[in-house]
Amino acid sequence: MAVFISIPILGALLVLQSTLITHLNLLHGTADLVLLAIVAWALQKRVQTAWHWCLVGGLMVDIASALPMGVPLLGYTIATALALILRQRVWQVPILAMFIITFVSTIVSQGIAVLALQLIGEPIPMGQSFSLIIVPSTVLNLLFAIPTFALMGDLAKVFYPEELEV
Amino acid sequence: MKTNSRPLQTVVFALIALGLIGLALGGYLTPVSRILLNPVISAQNWVTTRYQAAVRLISAPQDTVRLRQRNAELEAEVSRLQAQIIELEQQLSETKILSALVDFARANPENRYQAAAVVARDPSPFMQYVIINRGSDDGLRRGMPVVTAQGLVGRIAAVTAGAARVQLITDPASTVNVHLEPSGAQAVLFGSITAEITLEMIPQSAEVKPGDLVLTSGLGGGFPANILIGQLAGVRSRDQDLFQRATIQSVVDFTHLEIVLVITNFTPIDYSPLISTPQAP
Repeated sequence: MAVFISIPILGALLVLQSTLITHLNLLHGTADLVLLAIVAWALQKRVQTAWHWCLVGGLMVDIASALPMGVPLLGYTIATALALILRQRVWQVPILAMFIITFVSTIVSQGIAVLALQLIGEPIPMGQSFSLIIVPSTVLNLLFAIPTFALMGDLAKVFYPEELEV
Repeated sequence: MKTNSRPLQTVVFALIALGLIGLALGGYLTPVSRILLNPVISAQNWVTTRYQAAVRLISAPQDTVRLRQRNAELEAEVSRLQAQIIELEQQLSETKILSALVDFARANPENRYQAAAVVARDPSPFMQYVIINRGSDDGLRRGMPVVTAQGLVGRIAAVTAGAARVQLITDPASTVNVHLEPSGAQAVLFGSITAEITLEMIPQSAEVKPGDLVLTSGLGGGFPANILIGQLAGVRSRDQDLFQRATIQSVVDFTHLEIVLVITNFTPIDYSPLISTPQAP
C-alpha cells in the first residue's frame, strides 16, 4: 500500500512543482519537491519502500521533464542511497540528516543534470549554473525541507505504525 | 349687560386672532415664536430620545439576532460577488488574450493556427520548456512553431495525444536564424540558462543599433520567415572579433505565458541528410 500511495503523492507534488513552484524562483533556482519527498520518506525510521518511491518519482520526473532520459532518476537514486546510509548513522536526529541529505543531494542531482546536458552538447556554463541555479535551488530546498519532513513523518506513521510494547 | 358683552368679546378675540395670524404671516412673530417654541422642541426631543432608547432596549435582542442574520447574509453575498468579480476578471483577461490572438491570426491569414493553453513548465530549472494542453489528437506535430500575438515563443519538441512540450527560444539549446530590420543583416539567436536571448554572428559590416527589429529569417527551415522576436537592446562590436554580438529585449513575456498559437500548416524542413559528413575510409 505504501508503494501505491507514492503514485498520487509524488504525482501531486510533481504537478505542484511544474505549476506553482516553478514561479517561486530564487535567482533562477527552484525547489525540487519530488526530491524532498523521496529523501524525507527514505529517512523515516520504519519505512521499507524508499527505493520504490525513488523509482516512481524518478520515472515521473523523467517523463515530465525535457532533461535527458534517466538523469532525474539517477539523481534521486543517489539521494535515496545517501539517505538510507545516513538514516543508520544519525537516526537519533533525523531532521539534521534531512538537512544534510537535502544539501548534498540537491547539489549532486543538479550537478548530474549539468554534466548530462554538457555531454549531449548543450551550452550550459558550469560556473553560471552553480551560482544562478544550483545554490539558489539548494537554499529553497532547505527551506522546504522542514515541512516536507514533517508531512512525510505523519504519513509514515499511518503506514508504519509504531509497535506497542506490552 | 351680559348678553351685550359676549359678542363684543368674540369680535375682540376674532380681531386679536386675525391680527396675530396677520403678524405671523408677515413674519413679525418669528422671534417670539422661537422663544416660545424652543423649550417645547427641546422637551419633545428629550422625551422622544428617551422613548426611542427605551424601545431599543426592549427590542434589542430581537434586532441583534436579525442584524446578525442579515450581516451573515450580506457577508456571504459579498464573498459570492468577490468570487464572481475574480472569475469575470479572469474571463476578461482571457478574452483580451484571445482577441489579440484572433487579430494576429487575421493579420497572418497564410497560416493555420491551433490555440493552446500553457498548463505547466518544465520541473527542471535548467530547461526552458512549457507544456501545452493540445497534442497529436489536435493535429500538432514535432517542430511546429509556437507564437503569441506579440511574437515567437518557440517550437514543439515532443508531442503526446493530449499535450505537447514546447521548447522556448530562451532555452539554452535553442537557436533561431533571424534577420534584422532595417539593416537586413542575418544573425543567429541563442537562449541561455538565465532565459536571456542573445544575437550572435552578426557580420561586422552590418550597421545595427539598439531598437532594430529582430525577425525570423526562415533560413534553416525551422521557423516561418518574418515572425517578430524582439528589439535589439544593446550591441557589442569589437574590432578583434569576427562578428558583432547583441542582447535582445523580447516582445514576449515568457514568465506569464497563458495562451499560445501553434502554426499547424508549417512543416519544418529536416535538411540534415543534405549535409555531407566525412566518411571513414
